[in-house]
Amino acid sequence: MNAIETRGLRKIYPAPAVKKRRGAPAPATPPAGEIVAIDSLDLTVADGEFFGVLGPNGAGKTTLIGILTTRVRITAGEAFVSGANVAADPAAVRRRIGVVPQRPNPDRSLSVIENLVFHATYFGIGRAEAGRRGEQLLERLGIAEKMHAKVDQLSGGQQQRLMIARALTHDPRVVFLDEPTVGLDPQARLSLWEILRELHGQGRTIVMSTHYMEEADQLCDRLAIIDQGKLLALDTPAALKAKAPGDTLVEVTFDGDASVAAEVVQAMEGVSKAEARGPILRVFSKRGGELIPSLINAGEAHGRIVRDIQLSRPSLETLFISLTGRKLT
Amino acid sequence: MTASASDDSVSPGRVFVAILLRDLTVARRELPYFLIRTALQPILFVIVFGFVLPRMGLIPSGYSTTMLPGVVALSLTLSAIQSVALPMMQDFGFTKEIEDRLLAPVPIQLVAVEKVVAGVLQGIIAALFVLPVARLIMGPIPGLSFRNVPLLLAVTILGGAAFSAMGLYLGTGIAPQQIGLMFSVIVAPMIMFGCTYYPWTGLSHVPVMKWVVLINPLVYVSEGMRAALTPGVPHMPLVLILGALVVLTVIFMALGLRAFDRRAMS
Repeated sequence: MNAIETRGLRKIYPAPAVKKRRGAPAPATPPAGEIVAIDSLDLTVADGEFFGVLGPNGAGKTTLIGILTTRVRITAGEAFVSGANVAADPAAVRRRIGVVPQRPNPDRSLSVIENLVFHATYFGIGRAEAGRRGEQLLERLGIAEKMHAKVDQLSGGQQQRLMIARALTHDPRVVFLDEPTVGLDPQARLSLWEILRELHGQGRTIVMSTHYMEEADQLCDRLAIIDQGKLLALDTPAALKAKAPGDTLVEVTFDGDASVAAEVVQAMEGVSKAEARGPILRVFSKRGGELIPSLINAGEAHGRIVRDIQLSRPSLETLFISLTGRKLT
Repeated sequence: MTASASDDSVSPGRVFVAILLRDLTVARRELPYFLIRTALQPILFVIVFGFVLPRMGLIPSGYSTTMLPGVVALSLTLSAIQSVALPMMQDFGFTKEIEDRLLAPVPIQLVAVEKVVAGVLQGIIAALFVLPVARLIMGPIPGLSFRNVPLLLAVTILGGAAFSAMGLYLGTGIAPQQIGLMFSVIVAPMIMFGCTYYPWTGLSHVPVMKWVVLINPLVYVSEGMRAALTPGVPHMPLVLILGALVVLTVIFMALGLRAFDRRAMS
């Protein structure tokens, strides 16, 4: 059985203040104000996979996780988690998943251990068993000394760990994490990575959204790159990196519109792709840094002066830029 | 894969009790604040109208018989409405704390129903607290009777349910920024025109008001308490009281569940 399967998944948030007609067919082009958060998404995640959803802010990552965790209504299409239909049988889905939210939302009226014990009882687990599991999880996540503390006494990283512990209290098959490392310091981020690797090592399916290339590259078995609700690429990090065009991305920032130089540069030897975005000229080329003088000349020929030059080795980041023309962060 | 106990289906009743226990645990810890928040106002009224004014001779001493059921009704309904509306506004508006319960493997409406039940229980606690305190302040109350227990229970539970459900609707339907408005525009007039401090039959002297106040849900709880606690005082027909409370509970529950659903799912 696949951990996750979506078919033609679509989510449109209605325009604010405009009433949506019930049962009206979805128009081909969305009316002004409507937001297409997920657009015809077909995804399959195998059992036991560490699956990453990579995209910039507003790409639809949170909406996708919201749908799969039964918190966002589907506009069209279908989604299954561990074989259960998200729309038709949300309770069955919830029984099988653990969710770590983007921002920690612990129950602040309860202590750290109570957060885990009560959450486990919401899944029908007896109090004694819930207490035992809770203590174990706090131990494993390194916050056992805070067991009886108030939630407010935890640091951001510790709260994030508490959220992970909470997501595991009912021993779910699939764990969802929505940008779990946002706002964490590098130390906390690295130790979170270790925890995630351990969970994955236990055979759990992990679905994590992120806009950090490095994180996706380091942790995930497979990656879906999405932007504006659409799936742009789906493969292993290594295969995706191999798909990045050219060897090196050279970004030249001019003091004015760069499009005047783009055509000339595109025709240069060894250039696989050249495109202008405002004052920035992006060039994918095997020749890398050696190309820089001719790029400067191409600009100067049109009276443009170079303000900045950046070189990037092929990476998920350069692939993303070549796919979308935009940066991830 | 780790052996998973989570595939066995979970009984919704069990989950419901677990969520209710969470609310009761939190409520128990906050009991002093809760009592101050909900019982202080009725008690202040009791001090002024049930103790000070009668001693000054401005109000006949028999007034306490009219007033006591109203004060009990007020405590019950105020605390029921606040016990649901305030956490709903907070949870959905800022803290998102309710998310962990929305992930429980039960229909999300059950989480809303649990809040209403917890609200009824908190209303009952407030009423049970205010009743003896009021009696203590006002002295012996002629005509006070606890003989009609079934009616007292029916009015308490139905009144609590109607107002908890109303709290669900207000808490999920009103923006958190308008919470002050809710109290000054909805709750305050409801208290003044809720037949808490005067019997409904007495409004025969102001016929227009006698009919207008019927849109006020509090009227039925006050009159219900009067019928149950001081049967000697003239009150609204029982059929009307109980019928109205059932209808109000159903309406507010339907509205509340719909509003809850909208907030819980995007």
